[in-house]
Amino acid sequence: MKKAFPIFALLTLVLLSYALYEALVAAPTEQTMGDVQRIFYYHVPSAWTAFLLFLVNFVASVVYLVNRSDKADMVALVTAEVGVVFCTVVLVTGPIWARPVWGIWWTWDLRLTLTLVLWLIYVSYLMLRRFSSGSQTPVMAAVLAVFGALDVPLVYFSIWYFRTQHPSPVIGRGGSLDPRMARVLLINWAAFLCFAVLICWSRYRLERLKREVEETQALEALLEPRGVR
Amino acid sequence: MKFLYAAYAITWLIHIAYLGTVAARYTRLQREVEELNKK
Repeated sequence: MKKAFPIFALLTLVLLSYALYEALVAAPTEQTMGDVQRIFYYHVPSAWTAFLLFLVNFVASVVYLVNRSDKADMVALVTAEVGVVFCTVVLVTGPIWARPVWGIWWTWDLRLTLTLVLWLIYVSYLMLRRFSSGSQTPVMAAVLAVFGALDVPLVYFSIWYFRTQHPSPVIGRGGSLDPRMARVLLINWAAFLCFAVLICWSRYRLERLKREVEETQALEALLEPRGVR
Repeated sequence: MKFLYAAYAITWLIHIAYLGTVAARYTRLQREVEELNKK
């Protein structure tokens, strides 16, 4: 397992570099938007990765609520944290793309607003975990995560069922994406997924070590001889 | 082109900043482990 991490890290780095080359050089230039459309290759894979991480967070939270597994709790925490990072990328790259194309940085349209709400839900989840102490914190966080995950399908399907400023789906039902662009999109998604797995892996190891240290410190405090008053 | 480069650069800045916080937390934890081992 110790050898697998650096090998996987190296492979991810190679894949990310190749994906960057594909996005900036190999992908065809879109006719109406021009080169700025290439933001798509970072914006969309980041959104899909964030959704997937929040989905894993939901499953881990349910598992934790059912059997109080410490591992499930750690997976839930780690995926929420990394999911927030990817969701931040979506919320930052979106307006940078919108400005030259729509002429505005932001609009309170359904897709954009729901994505911001999603980000705020998971930021509150992380704040709850950071600032609340006590044995019930993981339970409260898991309950919040279960309800928070309801926003993920709302964000995803908002452009399917409602007319919004945000473009309609270009892939899947009714999508009309050029196959060469779809290929580059999938390569970038694969690269970002590997990167997300890599970060989650390191963050999980860190969380496990942190809990071990806390347990040892608590045990030491119990065994330490108390001063006589 | 400046919007494209800005979007790509900011994406990596966000990821690197996050990785920086993870690395800082790991260093702090390593120090605590060393202190525990000394006792």
